[in-house]
Amino acid sequence: MPAIKSLEELKRVREEALQKKKVKAAAGNVQVIVAMGTCGIAAGARDTMKSVLSYIETHNLSDVSVTQTGCIGLCEQEPILQVVVGEQPKVVYGKVTAQVAEQIMKQHVQNGTPLKDHVLPI
Amino acid sequence: MREIALHLLDIAENSVAAQSHNIRIAVYENLQSDLLSASVTDDGRGMDEKTAQRVLDPFYTTRTTRKVGLGIPLLKLAAEMSDGGFSLVTKPGKGTKVEATFRHSHIDRMPLGDLAATFLSLLVSYPHIHWVFIYQVIDKDGLSNEFNFDDVELKTVLGDTSMTEPEILKFVRGMLEEGIGALALQTVN
Repeated sequence: MPAIKSLEELKRVREEALQKKKVKAAAGNVQVIVAMGTCGIAAGARDTMKSVLSYIETHNLSDVSVTQTGCIGLCEQEPILQVVVGEQPKVVYGKVTAQVAEQIMKQHVQNGTPLKDHVLPI
Repeated sequence: MREIALHLLDIAENSVAAQSHNIRIAVYENLQSDLLSASVTDDGRGMDEKTAQRVLDPFYTTRTTRKVGLGIPLLKLAAEMSDGGFSLVTKPGKGTKVEATFRHSHIDRMPLGDLAATFLSLLVSYPHIHWVFIYQVIDKDGLSNEFNFDDVELKTVLGDTSMTEPEILKFVRGMLEEGIGALALQTVN
């Protein structure tokens, strides 16, 4: 159980978070979806997820929704990561290692330009 | 799978798919009795007796994309290879508990792995689920140390602030890593 001291700290952190000016990701609602089926997990999807969360943390990215999905049937392409920016069509990336995830976060999520590599034609 | 923590992540995903509201992951390391036990308990839709038997079959799955479901069979294999055991208790409408035990010192027992990363992944991706994480280590002298995490208090403080806000993410990650790290120092994995 978190100590009372820790929760006080969290309250403070939350207040700060609400007030601070944040780096906004590319225009509109941004969704990052990591596939986390058994095939994905075996291929390293947890590290992919960790990389996404780590990027958000270190680059102070606000308003990025991070969710998971199950196996989509392309197990050889795992880890698979999908990015939806605003009204644009969903982009599906395959073989997304932690490093590739970082690239995607930087180029696509933060700056709005999808990668050319790793894109799966779905 | 190379870590027990990854198996736990996998089984917990099953619990999510079963429409659970409450999921509890518990890991116990007992160096006195040379036992490692890991379980995932949920209150999802559960399974009837026939399905409960079938899930042990690698060629049984509920997904429509492929014809194999390896999560449970592989965990069962990992446990048995380490001189341990596997159990699945379930009731339709009530929930499911999957438990794997391992002989801690067995040479083929895979590492426990990065529990913090597994917990963080689940906590952040499924905020609508009530998560409880328990990690207890009992050392050779019988001294017990526990990390007990219930997300209720955290969520009360956060209100509608998302856990993916960078500062919150940093705090939660730190909390999990420190809490678990303090215990992991006790054992050599």
